[in-house]
Amino acid sequence: MGSDLTYLAGGEIRDVRPLAPYSDVVCRFLDDFSSELLHDQACKAYPDITAAAFWARRGNIARLKARRQEELRIGRGIAFHITPSNIPVQFIFSYMFGLLSGCANIVKVTTKDYPQIEHICRVLRQVLGREEYSDVLAMTAIVRYPRESAWTESFSSLCQARLIWGGDATISNIRRYSLPPRAVELVFPDRYSLALLDTEAVATAEEKVLDRLAQGFYNDTFLMDQNACSSPQLVLWQGSNQAGKDRFWSAVRKLAEERYDLAPVKATSKYADFCSNAVRFPETGGLQAENNVLYRVTLKGIPGNVEELRGRFGLFYEYELQDFAELDAVVNGRYQTLTYFGIDPEALAKQVISRGWRGIDRIVPVGKALDMDVIWDGYDFVSELSRIIDVR
Amino acid sequence: MLEGHTTYLGYEPYAMGREEKRAFLAGCLRELIAHHRENCPEYARLLEVLGYEDRAVMGLEELPFIPVQLFKEFELLSVPRENVVKTMKSSGTTGQKRSQVFLDRPTALAQSKCLAGIMASYVGKKRLPMLILDTELAKKDPRMFSARGAGIIGFSMFGRDVFFALDEKMGIRWDEMQEWLEKHKGERIILFGYTYMIWQYVVKALRKKGRCLGIEEGLLFHIGGWKKLQAESVSAEEYNASLREVCGDINVHNYYGMAEQLGSVFVECEEGHMHCSIFSDVIIRSPYDFKSRNLGEEGLVELLSVLPSSYPGHILLTEDWGRILGEDDCPCGRKGKYFQLLGRIKEAEVRGCSDTYGQ
Repeated sequence: MGSDLTYLAGGEIRDVRPLAPYSDVVCRFLDDFSSELLHDQACKAYPDITAAAFWARRGNIARLKARRQEELRIGRGIAFHITPSNIPVQFIFSYMFGLLSGCANIVKVTTKDYPQIEHICRVLRQVLGREEYSDVLAMTAIVRYPRESAWTESFSSLCQARLIWGGDATISNIRRYSLPPRAVELVFPDRYSLALLDTEAVATAEEKVLDRLAQGFYNDTFLMDQNACSSPQLVLWQGSNQAGKDRFWSAVRKLAEERYDLAPVKATSKYADFCSNAVRFPETGGLQAENNVLYRVTLKGIPGNVEELRGRFGLFYEYELQDFAELDAVVNGRYQTLTYFGIDPEALAKQVISRGWRGIDRIVPVGKALDMDVIWDGYDFVSELSRIIDVR
Repeated sequence: MLEGHTTYLGYEPYAMGREEKRAFLAGCLRELIAHHRENCPEYARLLEVLGYEDRAVMGLEELPFIPVQLFKEFELLSVPRENVVKTMKSSGTTGQKRSQVFLDRPTALAQSKCLAGIMASYVGKKRLPMLILDTELAKKDPRMFSARGAGIIGFSMFGRDVFFALDEKMGIRWDEMQEWLEKHKGERIILFGYTYMIWQYVVKALRKKGRCLGIEEGLLFHIGGWKKLQAESVSAEEYNASLREVCGDINVHNYYGMAEQLGSVFVECEEGHMHCSIFSDVIIRSPYDFKSRNLGEEGLVELLSVLPSSYPGHILLTEDWGRILGEDDCPCGRKGKYFQLLGRIKEAEVRGCSDTYGQ
């Protein structure tokens, strides 16, 4: 131990003084951090950095703060974040959630060299260096070390909360290291997501609305090669207006043809996935495709293990839902995000509760599937990472 | 190979012109498609979802191709399991799934006959003393009974007095090899091995000792990926020159083939062009829409072979990249398409929430 750890921002966390959630200094800090990111020339080139910076701006944080209950709370202490290797900006969201809850944060970032990480940390160091943010600096340790290093065990033994991003394999790997008795743990396993669209609403949508819908769906899926947990794999249709369905896919395809970088390996992998899924799932129908950018496959029924029926790089399965009862047998704890269009989200939420589904913890409009927020995967980070002081 | 096709194996492998070959191959392949559809349920399912319908007049480009990756995931068979005499496994790098190919007696026999016919075009009909630049263990050890071992067994049938140049620790058997070379001094010799193993264990070892085998007339055939050689920045020219430096006066022929299509291999001619025999063909497809590409245009390599009848490996889309250089007009005199292989397509950088261990 020792030499294999580097601090990309902040330093060793010594004297931990948790703050109350949404403390003034943290809100001010995030606003400054946000505007520095938004003005940084190098950062401007990365839409994912811009999205993170935009999230941290004053208005949005104030909105979140206003939503809080009146309870008296304080951060739990040190939060240890193990962030994923495949999403470059995830670590900064996790860090900001930790700060907002009032915790000091040790954030492990991937050893992969993403330019986003370098740029964000450079700006972070600069803002943390200001006199007025010395308290925030003392709560910050953005660290990088090799996976096999002993630091994970060491940080686990001293934290009050541990967050494990990165899916099932990472979780079971990290759980070998025990936590202090009172520590809490938030885990983010592999999830499955779906979309529900109304065929009439799509068929009758104004051209502008349709463009926005296609753009939103493209961002939810193609932008991450459909590999994000919240990217829909299955598109459910309400209603049977075929023209609506075709209109939707045609708009998505046109957009993807313009924007998506279809590397040869994506085309061969997509084709192989389609073939392999056809053999494994008798419910899948024929291939509908104009080219290799977008593959549409209609399902004759929803397989019980539909969450294993996955597409990547623009391979979508679709099904016309007759009744929500059809989902009773399939929705399990793996289900995360339901994106919708032309459907009342409140009514969807009621379905989740009245049917007692163990999954679906996000119901958001098409286009918002990947939007990180302080409520994610069924957790409210600020509540989970802080403790209540009960005063009577 | 289908029983009705076996007489074709007597045909000259490089003597058929374009139109005749296209009609010949389309006929064989349509019958194979029908055969596999009848006997391999997974294959029938694929034809169903791909919307394939047989028509009397069909170009080779219209025939349905399946991704070669499927052999890693499924056990695809078109004969009863009890007819399987050999199960081939691709060598595959650690951590990756290996593909499995099931051979019955007719398919295995057709493979070796086809390979013999192709080799005869380069070597002649006479059996030559054979030096295998590998270890005999690769053929005996069941753990190595992969495409590597099978390739050695298959190839060693074209030679006589077969000698393995490497011991089980992949070291050169200096004394025995010297003896063998002296015995065959002045004779035409055939050499065989795997591209990278030859480089790693033969070229490097001979160079280190400053030795040359002093072969007066020889032909070397090698097969295998170029990935590791590329990492060491070794070009094909340098590879061939180095081999001549340590072996003597030999012609070097790289050849290409899938573990899923053993037998109908593509051999580099004296001009350095990979050739299709009449038992096989190459189609280059655009990754954008899988449309077939014109002469000279780069794309994904699809391989056709008339040999596989015990498993549906007759038309495969590979993850290799290449381009057709010409057809029927190679200066070497062989007819058929000739092409250039440009390596494996790049793996995708994984995006997504789930970490990928092992990367």
